[in-house]
Amino acid sequence: MENDGIMIPKNYLCPGLMYSNSSWTNYWEGTFKRNNGNLGTVSTKEYNLMVTYGLAKNLIVTAGLPYITTNASAGTLEGQKGLQDISLNIKWKALQFVAGKNKLSFLASVTGSAPISNYEADFDPLSLGSHSRNFTARAVIDYVYGKYFFTGSGAYTTRSDITIDRNSYFTTVLIYSNQVVLPNMSNYNFRTGYRSKYFIAEAIADISTSLGGFDITKNNMPFPSNRMNMTSVGANLRYRFKSFYNLELTASDQYVVSGRNMGQSNMIMGGVSYIFSLKSDKITPQANYYKN
Amino acid sequence: MKNYARYIKLLTLSILILCLAACKKDLIDRTSQYPALTPANQDLNADTWKTVLVADPSVFTVNAPDATNSPAYVADLNEIKGYQRNLSSAQLAIIKYWSAGAVLRWNEILRNLVAKHNIPPYQNLDGSYPAPSSANPFAYPQFPFSNPPYAARAYAYVSAAQYDALVTAYHFKKVYNRSAPYVNDANIQALIPKSSLPSYPSEDAVVAGASVEMMKLLFPTEIAFIEQKAAEEKLYRIMAGANVRGELDAGETLGKQVADLFTARARTDKAGAAIGNQAYWTKLQTQTAAKGEQYWISLESPKRPPMLPLFGKVKPFLFDTLTVAAIRPGPPYSTNSPEFKQANDEVLHYSQHATRENIAQTAFWADGVGTYTPPGHWNSIAADEFVKQNYSEVRWARNFALLNMAEMDAAIVCWDTKYFYFNPRPSQVNDQIKTLTGIPNFPSYSSGHSNFSAAAAAVLTYLLPDRGSKFNDLAQQAALSRLYGAIHTRQDIEVGLTTGAKVGQYAVNRAQNDGAGSGN
Repeated sequence: MENDGIMIPKNYLCPGLMYSNSSWTNYWEGTFKRNNGNLGTVSTKEYNLMVTYGLAKNLIVTAGLPYITTNASAGTLEGQKGLQDISLNIKWKALQFVAGKNKLSFLASVTGSAPISNYEADFDPLSLGSHSRNFTARAVIDYVYGKYFFTGSGAYTTRSDITIDRNSYFTTVLIYSNQVVLPNMSNYNFRTGYRSKYFIAEAIADISTSLGGFDITKNNMPFPSNRMNMTSVGANLRYRFKSFYNLELTASDQYVVSGRNMGQSNMIMGGVSYIFSLKSDKITPQANYYKN
Repeated sequence: MKNYARYIKLLTLSILILCLAACKKDLIDRTSQYPALTPANQDLNADTWKTVLVADPSVFTVNAPDATNSPAYVADLNEIKGYQRNLSSAQLAIIKYWSAGAVLRWNEILRNLVAKHNIPPYQNLDGSYPAPSSANPFAYPQFPFSNPPYAARAYAYVSAAQYDALVTAYHFKKVYNRSAPYVNDANIQALIPKSSLPSYPSEDAVVAGASVEMMKLLFPTEIAFIEQKAAEEKLYRIMAGANVRGELDAGETLGKQVADLFTARARTDKAGAAIGNQAYWTKLQTQTAAKGEQYWISLESPKRPPMLPLFGKVKPFLFDTLTVAAIRPGPPYSTNSPEFKQANDEVLHYSQHATRENIAQTAFWADGVGTYTPPGHWNSIAADEFVKQNYSEVRWARNFALLNMAEMDAAIVCWDTKYFYFNPRPSQVNDQIKTLTGIPNFPSYSSGHSNFSAAAAAVLTYLLPDRGSKFNDLAQQAALSRLYGAIHTRQDIEVGLTTGAKVGQYAVNRAQNDGAGSGN
C-alpha cells in the first residue's frame, strides 16, 4: 500500500484480490449530522484486483482495478455498478538508516488514477466515484524498533475537472457549464503496531481533507465538488503462513469518527494475495515481514 | 537494469501526463461569453405593444428630465467623466457583464435565486414538515421553497413586469426624446455599442426597478443581494457612458410603479393558499378512493404532504380559470386496468435497463432539487438563443414574458390535472421500479416536465421559426427523459406534451396580436 513501509523484493510479482464493504446510515450535511429515510443505509461493495511488482531493489509498482456496486436500502434511487478508476502507484524506498534494533526509512510514492468507465459522477451518494483523473504525491516515514513500528505519511492529491451530464449546476452560485472544478485533497495516515516475519498487526488513523469545495446546505443534494473531509480509525491484519509463505491474507476495519459532507461509514475489508518470483527464486521469511 | 530504467522513465512520464491532466482547474461559464447587446432593431413602436396589466402607459408619473444645458445635467455628465478617467479592471468587468442586456441578466439572477431556494424543508423531530412562511421568511425553512410551480410563477411575474415596464418606458422615451450622454457631450465615451434609442428614462433602470420590486416579494430573504445587483447595474450604465444618473433614477421609479400592479396581483392570485391543509390532503385521498382508483402516496420518508395541491387554482395570465378545467386532459388509465399495469411495466423495463445515454438524458433534464427547475431550464435555453438575435431590451422582455406566462399557466393546468386525478407514481405501484433521479413529491399524471417543455417549445418555435423542429425535439427529449429515469409512464408524458402544447398556443395567439410582429 502507498501509505505503509512495506516493499517486495526485486523481480517478484504479487497479484491479489481485495473485497471491501463500506456502509453508512448517518452522514454529515455540512457539519450537521443526520440520517435520511430516503436513503436508509448506503453501502458500497468494492472488488479490487491488484498487482504489485518489484521493479528494482528499492522500487515497486502497484496497479489496481476496482469494480464497485452501490446501493441504498430505502427510497427509490437506483444503485450503480461498474468498473471505477484504474490506478498506478510507484513506491520508492529512498533512504534507510539502521542502528542496532532501530531502523528508519524514508519512502516516496506517486499515484495516478483515471476512470476507465463512463460512470456518472453527478449521482451522489450512489455514484461510483468522482470520475476525475487524480495524481497523488506522498512522503512516508517508517520507523521500526525490534518488531514494533510506526509509520507516518502525508499526501497531496490534485484532481482534474470533471464533465457531468448537466450543463448548469448550483454550488454557491449557479454555474453554466458541464465542467466541475473539484477541490484538491490532503491526506495524513498514521499506523503503528507489530511487524514480525509472519504477520503485521497495526492500528491506523487517517485524516482526509478537501482543500476547497462547498457544504451541502440543509436537506439539499450532495455534489462532486462538496468539501468532503473525514477522520477514520481502524485496525489491519496481514498474515502469511509458515508453510505457505507465498500466500497472504489481509483483514481490516476502518470506521469514520468525524466527517463533513460524507457518510459515517464503517468499512470491512478482506484480501488475499500470492507472491512469487519471476526468476524462480524462492521467497523466504524475513524479519519484519519482508523486505524492510 | 537498463530495461528497468526504461520502464521507470515510461512510468514516470505517464504519471506526469496524468498529473498535468489532473492539474487543470479552469472553467468557462458560457453566460460570461455573451456579447454586448447590439439591437438590430430598436422597436421604436414598442409603446404601442399590448401590455399584460398596464392599461395606459401615460397614467404613470415620470417627471420631465433636466434640460441638457441645466447645471443638474452637466453635473450628471461630470459624474460619468469622473468614472471614465480611470476605470479599474473590476469596473470594466461589471460593464462587460451587464452590457449583455438588462432583461437577460435579471433573468439569470432570478434563475440563481430559484436554484438556491429550491430545497424541500427538512422534517421536524416528530416526522411532520415545517412550511416556509412569507410572514417570517428568515425562519427555517426560509421562504420560499422555490419548487417548479413557485418558480414558474416567479419567472412569469418578473418577466411580465419587466415587459410592461419597458413598454411604459418607451412611451416616455418618445415623449421626452432625450439623447444619450455620449451624443450630448463628445468627451464622454460609449463603452458599449451606441444606441439611437432616447435615453430618458433608462431602459436598464426600468428593468432593474421592476425586477427589484418583484423579487422583494418573491425572495424576501435576498433583498440585500438584489439591491446590490441593481446598484451595480445603475453604476454600469454611468461608467459605460450610456445613462446619466437622472435617467436611471427616473427609470427605476417608473419600473417600481409598474411592478406595483404585478405585486398587487401576485398577493391575490391564490398562490399563497396553494399548500392546502391536512383536511384537503386527506380529501384528495378519499375522493380518489371513492372513484375506485388507487391514490397517490408520498414516497418520501417521513411522508411529505403533496407539493402545492391547490396551485391549480392560481389565477393564470393567458386565460381564465374556467379554461384551466376545459384544457384538463381526460383521466389516465384506471389503476385497476391492464393498460395501467402495462404502462408501469414499461417503466420497470427502463429502470432495469438504463443505458448510459438514458442516464445522461435523465440527468440533463432532471432539473430537480437545488436547480432552476424545468421552467428555468427553458429560460436558459431561450436565453442562449435570444442572445444570437440582437433583440432590443423590450423584445427580450416581451419574449421572456410570453415564454414565462406560458410556463406559469402550464404549471397551473398541470397541477390542476395532477390533483384532479391524484394518480400514483410508478415506484409506488411497483417497488421494484428504482429511479435514475429523485422522485418528485406529487402525483404522476400528467408529467410536469412534459407540460413545461411542450408549452415552452410552442412559444419558442413561434418566436424563432428558423430553428425548425429544434425546440420540439428538445421538448420530446425532456419528456422522454422522465420515462428513462423511471419517474413517469409513457401516458404521463404523451398527455403532458399535448396539454402543454395547448397552453403554449395561448401564448402564441397573444404574440400574434400584441403588435410586436415577428421581429426577426
